[in-house]
Amino acid sequence: MSENAVSELGRRELTRWFWRQLTSMRTALMLLLLLAIAAVPGSLVPQRGVDARAVETYFLDHPKSAPILDDLGFFSVYSSPWFSAVYLLLMVSLIGCILPRSFVYLRAARARPPKAPRNFSRLPASASFETDASPDDVVAAARKALGRSRIDVADREGVREVSAEKGFLREAGNLVFHISIVVVLIGVAVGTLFGYRGSVIVTDGGGQFANSLPQYDEFSSGTLFDTDDLPPFALTLDKVTARFQPFGSPQAGAPREFRAKGTYAASPGEDDKPFDITVNHPLAIGSTSVYLLGQGYAPVFKITDAQGNVVYNDAVPFLPADATYTSNGIIKVPDAQPEQLGFQGFFLPTAVSQGGKELSTSAHPAAANPLVGLNVWRGDLGLDEGTGQSVFILDKTKMEQYQDGAKAFRVSLQPGMAADLPDGGSIEFTELRQFARFQIGSAPLVKVPLFGIIAGLIGLMTSLTIKPRRTWIRARQDGSRTVVDVAVLDRVPRDDLPADLDDFLERFKDALGETEEKATT
Amino acid sequence: MTLENLAQVSNYAVASATGILALAFVAYVAQWGFARNVAPERERVTAGSADELPQASVPVERSNMAGGIGLSLTTLATIVLLVGVVTRGLAAERAPWGNMYEFGCAATVAALLVYLALVRVWEIDWVGPIITAFGTVVLGASAMVYVPAGPLVPALHSYWLVIHVFGAIISGSAFFIGAAASVLYLIKSRAERNTPEDKRVGFLWRIPASAKIDQVAYRVHAFAFPIWTFAALIAGPIWAQYAWGRYWGWDPKEVWAFITWVVYAGYLHARATAGWKGKAAAILALVGFATFVFNFVGVNLWVGGMHSYAK
Repeated sequence: MSENAVSELGRRELTRWFWRQLTSMRTALMLLLLLAIAAVPGSLVPQRGVDARAVETYFLDHPKSAPILDDLGFFSVYSSPWFSAVYLLLMVSLIGCILPRSFVYLRAARARPPKAPRNFSRLPASASFETDASPDDVVAAARKALGRSRIDVADREGVREVSAEKGFLREAGNLVFHISIVVVLIGVAVGTLFGYRGSVIVTDGGGQFANSLPQYDEFSSGTLFDTDDLPPFALTLDKVTARFQPFGSPQAGAPREFRAKGTYAASPGEDDKPFDITVNHPLAIGSTSVYLLGQGYAPVFKITDAQGNVVYNDAVPFLPADATYTSNGIIKVPDAQPEQLGFQGFFLPTAVSQGGKELSTSAHPAAANPLVGLNVWRGDLGLDEGTGQSVFILDKTKMEQYQDGAKAFRVSLQPGMAADLPDGGSIEFTELRQFARFQIGSAPLVKVPLFGIIAGLIGLMTSLTIKPRRTWIRARQDGSRTVVDVAVLDRVPRDDLPADLDDFLERFKDALGETEEKATT
Repeated sequence: MTLENLAQVSNYAVASATGILALAFVAYVAQWGFARNVAPERERVTAGSADELPQASVPVERSNMAGGIGLSLTTLATIVLLVGVVTRGLAAERAPWGNMYEFGCAATVAALLVYLALVRVWEIDWVGPIITAFGTVVLGASAMVYVPAGPLVPALHSYWLVIHVFGAIISGSAFFIGAAASVLYLIKSRAERNTPEDKRVGFLWRIPASAKIDQVAYRVHAFAFPIWTFAALIAGPIWAQYAWGRYWGWDPKEVWAFITWVVYAGYLHARATAGWKGKAAAILALVGFATFVFNFVGVNLWVGGMHSYAK
């Protein structure tokens, strides 16, 4: 035999050994616990897929450790190689466990109950009694008492032997549960690969959105999703309602109701239909759903440049930064002459001045005393460089801030007020609108994981409640009496087996008509 | 009664229940303490006929009485706490489990109800000290995150709040009873290994054998696990799909619910695997309960995320 053949054999043995290890219950258990441990860091460190902004903040707060954690995949734990490795190994182990067990089960489901063991007293629970009934009557009574078990009757040298087995559904439930886990994971994978999700800010009072890629503020989609396949609906937002617990009451300022109303057309040319989206009640357009994820204030500004032209007249969403809706926003005015203008500042829905200081704070999230404070820059907004720019970030590298003596120049405006700009021109806070932040997305086959997990739950409950039980009864003639031996065995050890045997004996004797006999003796 | 009155009644009831439960704990400790030098009861069979039964000694009588008082006080605390939870719901005009304080109260009353039910079925009064001690601590800690009765944030305006959180409360209560039984299993099985026959005195030897305790723990967990599966992996994702547009998003609360599920799945497997039964399985059950408690306390107060309903 050549050395090659030996190593070939060795390799096959090794592979088989490895496979047996991987599919053993002990390994599955280890992998399961490893999965639990591997999931922990993702809950303690911000995740890119959950909150990308929190990850950026983490980088700023922990400049030393963040890059190391990033290299280890801690900011996207659930798609990291090590997390994937654990659950893929678990999947292989699971499938390697299910397949052989399914074959064993299919064979066992057709098998007859095993023959009665010779010595009943060795079984965990057994009993004997005598009766006047004939062995045939005993067998008939046993059939009745055993109910829906699978029953075989044998005749061994004048001794009647009954072998019964029930509880096959336990293993079936077990297999269904484990197969359903695989189904759920496949469903999740398909939904991720073919789905998309994006978010967009739309202002009320007629703000519009058409479902195409450039309109989104944020967008992500599965690798197999084609963005040309975005369903071509469009919506117009008429009114955003936000209600808060009133001032002075318990939990003042706590949000109570968010609602977005407007109209939508499912595809171009179709009639407009009204919509009314609240949290928990998304709008469904075909396979796509539109969710109301957040809202905030969008002051409308009218800006005139030094030459007297109206160069800006639009609503500007200010993003809320805290529970009182102290919000931050940016205005970019590329058309202003002679130089482009940029504004950056805050919005306070209920401004209250603090102890004579100039800077106010917001006391309540409802717009009771709205106030905008803006600093102003002039120069080049950097919009012509071709790279996409966030509407929420002002690039000040080529801009110069207006000063007011030693301090930065600032305009403070309430609705209806206007202020002059240092080099001529003006800014007017014409009205206050609100914006809605919608999440728009579709995950195909979302029902697959749902039905998978429901089937799994049913399987789980079946496997946890059904007892796989074997019962053997031996009846032999002894003079005019019949001696009956009974034994029971569970595939899963239980401590209440003797009690169950007592219950069975009672039913058995009932079927034999023994109870009356007992009463008479 | 006005809503403010109802809220007031609820507060008094919860505070009273906390006090009564603490007293119940004292009574249960006394039950163990009085019997500290008592040898275990012999099997009834060896006692022969009824008149030959040994007379109960004074320490046994005292111990039994203290146990009876403990059970009565626990029952009373449960009723009063139930009143507190119901009036809280009436005062807020919604299901009374919308924030951390309310979840603490509702989960405690559920755990006490499960305990009392199991005392009737399986006579598990021996976990009484652990149940009442932990229950008192949970109620006291809930008072630290108290919020006045009132409506909820819009994200919680859904009947899924009733289903999803109720499932979490029921399974959490059962996990708790299971954990308490597992603690006693570890203590008892250790004692069974290390204590010679003639030194076996005290209440520990009056409670069931460790194998029996293990059986109780397993059954409670086997009851809780499917409910947890439903609450965390079915009802939760359905609601998340409606509210947030994704059924699973690795939010910290979801991560820890998943971890709890995985650990208890490991417990059920461990019971079926030779070599992992007994001690290792009991420790897994305790780890599972620890992850559940961390999800409630740690994630709510220190981690945050979309499930932050603490305040």
